[in-house]
Amino acid sequence: MDNRIVYLDNNATTQMAPEVTEIVERSSDLYGNASSMHDFGRKAYAGIDWSRKELAALIDASPDEVIFNSGASEGNNTVFNIARDLIDGGSARNRVVTTTIEHPSIIETVKFLKRRGYRIDEAPVDITGRLDMDKFRALLGPDVLLVSVMTGNNETGTIQPIAEVTRLAHEAGALMHTDATQAIGKIPVTAHTWGVDYLTLSGHKFYGPKGVGALYVRSGAPFEPFVNGGHQEGGRRAGTYNTVAIIGMGKAAELARLTQQDEHDRLWAMREKLRKGLEERIDNIVVNGHPVECLPGTLNVSFPSAEGESILLYLDMSGIAVSTGSACATGSLEPSYVLLASGLDVELAHGSIRFSFGRFNTDADVDYVLEKLPPIIERLREMSTR
Amino acid sequence: MSNLSSFMNQWVYTDTVKDHFMNPKNLWRKEENFEPDGVGEVGSLACGDQMRVGIKVKDDRISDLRWLTYGCASAIASTSMMSEMAIGMTLEEAYHLTPNMITDALGGLPEHKFHCSVLGDKALRAAIDDYLARQGRENPFKKKVAKIICECKGVTDQQIEDLVKTDKAKTLEDLRQLTGYGTGCGKCKAEVAEYFDEMKHIYAK
Repeated sequence: MDNRIVYLDNNATTQMAPEVTEIVERSSDLYGNASSMHDFGRKAYAGIDWSRKELAALIDASPDEVIFNSGASEGNNTVFNIARDLIDGGSARNRVVTTTIEHPSIIETVKFLKRRGYRIDEAPVDITGRLDMDKFRALLGPDVLLVSVMTGNNETGTIQPIAEVTRLAHEAGALMHTDATQAIGKIPVTAHTWGVDYLTLSGHKFYGPKGVGALYVRSGAPFEPFVNGGHQEGGRRAGTYNTVAIIGMGKAAELARLTQQDEHDRLWAMREKLRKGLEERIDNIVVNGHPVECLPGTLNVSFPSAEGESILLYLDMSGIAVSTGSACATGSLEPSYVLLASGLDVELAHGSIRFSFGRFNTDADVDYVLEKLPPIIERLREMSTR
Repeated sequence: MSNLSSFMNQWVYTDTVKDHFMNPKNLWRKEENFEPDGVGEVGSLACGDQMRVGIKVKDDRISDLRWLTYGCASAIASTSMMSEMAIGMTLEEAYHLTPNMITDALGGLPEHKFHCSVLGDKALRAAIDDYLARQGRENPFKKKVAKIICECKGVTDQQIEDLVKTDKAKTLEDLRQLTGYGTGCGKCKAEVAEYFDEMKHIYAK
C-alpha cells in the first residue's frame, strides 16, 4: 500500500469541516462588533443568534441557555467557580463530588480548590473506566452542592450513564454538571432530557474552529460569571464576540445534528475493524476502556513490552498520527492518570496508544494502520528487555 | 495524554537521534548468540524504561557490546549512541562515560527528555561491575567517579546510588538516617533529593 497521511487523533482536535471553512470565510465580512447598534453590529449579531439556535438544537436546550465562551476549559472552570462562589457565600451545601478521570481543566481546578480548603471528593471508576455507582452513591449526601461527571472520556472513550448520575445527584439535592466535550457529534447529548444543570463543550472537537465553545446553563440554575467586565451574553460572559468562530461552530453544530447517527455507526465500524484487526495480527494486546459503552471513534490499546512514545514516533514516520498515555510523551515521569485511575497496570499505561477516528477517516486508513503497526510492535518488542 | 502536535512544538529530535532511533546500532539480537563477559540491567518497565547491556572484554577494553531497551525514542537512541561510543574504550574510560557525553554526541536532547538518557551509562557501568565480579577482581574505578554531594557528611553520589540500588534507602528519610546527609549546613538537601529521585527512577523495582 502506498504511503498516506492518516490522522487518528480526532479526540485531541479535529480538522474543520469544509462547510465550516466555507462559512468562516464568508463570515469575515461580519467584522462589526456584535454588541454595536449599527448595521455592522446587527449583522454580526444575527449570525451569532443563528449559531446559538443551532447549538441549542444540537444539545436539546433553549437558545437562551447557551453561553458562548472560549471552550470547555473555560466552561469547566466557570462551573467550578459557581460552586466556589456559592460555598464562599455560606451555602449549607459545601462539598463537590466529581471523578478521578475528568479532563485536566477539572482535575487541576480540583487540586487548586483543595489546596485552599474546599471539600471535594473524587468517585473512582472500574477497570473499564465506568463510574463505580456504589461508591459514587456513597459519596452523595445533604452537604453536596455540585456533582460533575464527564459524558465520555477523552482517553478511553468510556461513556458514563449521565441520565442516571443526574437523577442521583438531584435526589441528593445537588446541582449536576457534565463535560460533554468528547461526546458531541458522536452520541446524543441531551441537556433537557438528562436534566443536567450545566454542560460544557468545545467547537474544535466536532469539526468547528478552535478557541470557541459553549456552556449550557439550565434556565434558573445558579450562575456567576467567570469572566467579568461586559454585558455580552446577558452579563454572563464578558468579552467581544468572536463572531467568525461562533458562526463556524454553529455550522459544525448543524452538521453534527444532521449526521450524528450515521457518524456514530461509521466511526464505530472503523473502530471495531481496527480492534479486531489488531487482535488478529498482534499477540498479547490489551484493549482499554469499556467494550460497548464507548465513544464510537475511540480505541485505546496497550502493547506490553513496547513503549508508547516509541510506537507513536514510528507511526508518525509512516504518516500516522495517534496519541499515547506514556509518561515519556508528557514530559513527566507519570503515565496517563486516567488509565492508572482505572486500575490499569503502570506498564500497560506506558505502552498505551489512543486511536481516535473522525469524519474524514475511511476504511483504507484502517487497512493502512493494520499494515504498518504490526511490524512496529514486533520491532520494538525485539528491542525490548522483555 | 500527549499528542503528535505537542511533539512537533515542544521537542524536535536531532537527525542523529532520529537515525539511532530508526536504525539502532549494536542491538542484541537473539539469533546472534552473543555471549557476554558481563551483563548489567537497570530501570524498570513500571518506570517506563529499562536497559540491559552485555559486554565482551579483551585486554581490559570493551571489544563488543550488545543492548536491549524498553523505552522511548530518547532512551533507545541514547543506548544506541552509548554502544557506539563504548566499543573500543578501556574499562576505565567506559566507566567514566556520562549522560552528558552521550547526549552531546546525539546533538542534544530536549531538557525534559534528559532523564531518558541517564540509564545507558548506568547499565554499562553495571555490566562492567558484573564483568569484574565474575573475574573476582576489585573494582578500581568506583571511587574515582564518586562525587561528594553533601560536604558536611561526605556523602557521595556513588553512595546514594548504591543505597538505592540495594533497596536500603527506600525514602529520603532512610537515606538521611543511613548517611546523615543534610544534617550539617543543609545546603545539599535539594541536590540530594533530586539525585535520589533520579536513582529511584532508575532502580525502583
